[in-house]
Amino acid sequence: MITNNPYFQLAEFVPPIFMQIFVIAMIVLVVIGTLLDMIHKKNVKYFFENVKKAKNSATKILNIGEKASIVLKTITSDVLTISELDGQRRLSHLLGMYGTIIFWVVSVIMIFCYSTPTSITPYIFPLLWHMGAIMTVVGGCWFWFFLRVDVAAEAYPWYRIVHADLFVLSLVITSVIGLIWSYLQITEVQGWNILFLVFFVISNLILFGGVYWSKFAHMFYKPGAALQKNFSEADGSRDNLPTPSDKPKQFGKGINREAPRHY
Amino acid sequence: MPTFVYMTRCDGCGQCVDICPSDIMHIDETVRRAVNIEPNFCWECYACVKACPQNAIDVRGYADFSPMGHSVRVLREEEKGTISWKIKFRNGTVKDFVSPITTKPWGKHIPKLVEAEQPNQEEINSQILYSEPKSLNTNKDLPTVSKNSFKKGVYY
Repeated sequence: MITNNPYFQLAEFVPPIFMQIFVIAMIVLVVIGTLLDMIHKKNVKYFFENVKKAKNSATKILNIGEKASIVLKTITSDVLTISELDGQRRLSHLLGMYGTIIFWVVSVIMIFCYSTPTSITPYIFPLLWHMGAIMTVVGGCWFWFFLRVDVAAEAYPWYRIVHADLFVLSLVITSVIGLIWSYLQITEVQGWNILFLVFFVISNLILFGGVYWSKFAHMFYKPGAALQKNFSEADGSRDNLPTPSDKPKQFGKGINREAPRHY
Repeated sequence: MPTFVYMTRCDGCGQCVDICPSDIMHIDETVRRAVNIEPNFCWECYACVKACPQNAIDVRGYADFSPMGHSVRVLREEEKGTISWKIKFRNGTVKDFVSPITTKPWGKHIPKLVEAEQPNQEEINSQILYSEPKSLNTNKDLPTVSKNSFKKGVYY
């Protein structure tokens, strides 16, 4: 199953061009949804106003080399390793993020390059596709069942579903349906594979079409916020925060922070 | 001076929800980020501001206390045991203060909540806060005031 390209078999009765149009349509939906979300939340306006404020209260002018190193640090630390989060939340986000990226990128490669009847799919791509889906499901379920803050810190029951769950649930459900559909493609159970193909299409439409209503776009905003934070620390503006104390351990060993579960 | 959350900074960790003595810091159902649900009930204790690991919570000063352009921000460094304050006045004057988090021995005067008994769902749903009514020096139900004892016209 895991070395089988599900899109190749699908191409027997759905022309590859339709699949390719579907992928492009999903990308367009994400772009439109994100733009609408930015207009609604006015976060780009806020971002640039904050940049202007930080510039006014900066104590140091950064040169191009320093700016480049901050951008590099943001990409390597804040974006690629999600250093903003700690512990299990970080691991679950990393699993979900890399799983999703692998799943999407390999899907695009297989649909655009290996879905014609004459093409031969290298084993690595279906393997990565299934691995990406499994990583997404594991990371997403770990987060949703055990780590969600409204359950962990607010003591709501795990089965309570709110608006903020639209993104994580649609992401996990899309991956689960994708895996089931891929399995049914192999077993060639007539009817069921078509049914799950329909489910797969619908779940993708909800995931990518629901960007405006879901938390999908936070993947794009977080790197921007991290970049701004790192710049403000480097240029001395620090968002008006005090500079770190120069009295290390003078007053004692400090607090051992506990998990926020004292409801 | 109610608190507010910089949504771009908040990562939804729940530390402010955990620490707020007024139980007004909660998680927004749409974006899963912290939000002060009732600014009127905020008593400006700064507990959430200090507890936030992302420094995502700030305080909006009332106009009589700190008109336009001011800033009062705080940084808690647990590993050093210090609290640093930076007060920025509207005329640009900046004052920095550093103080110890506590001068008492660690763990001695702080309730060890980890060792406390876990509340059941009924207790979680109830209006009674942690350690109540014991902490109010009564083991009876919380006192209530009868509406009949109100003067006419006092309430709406």
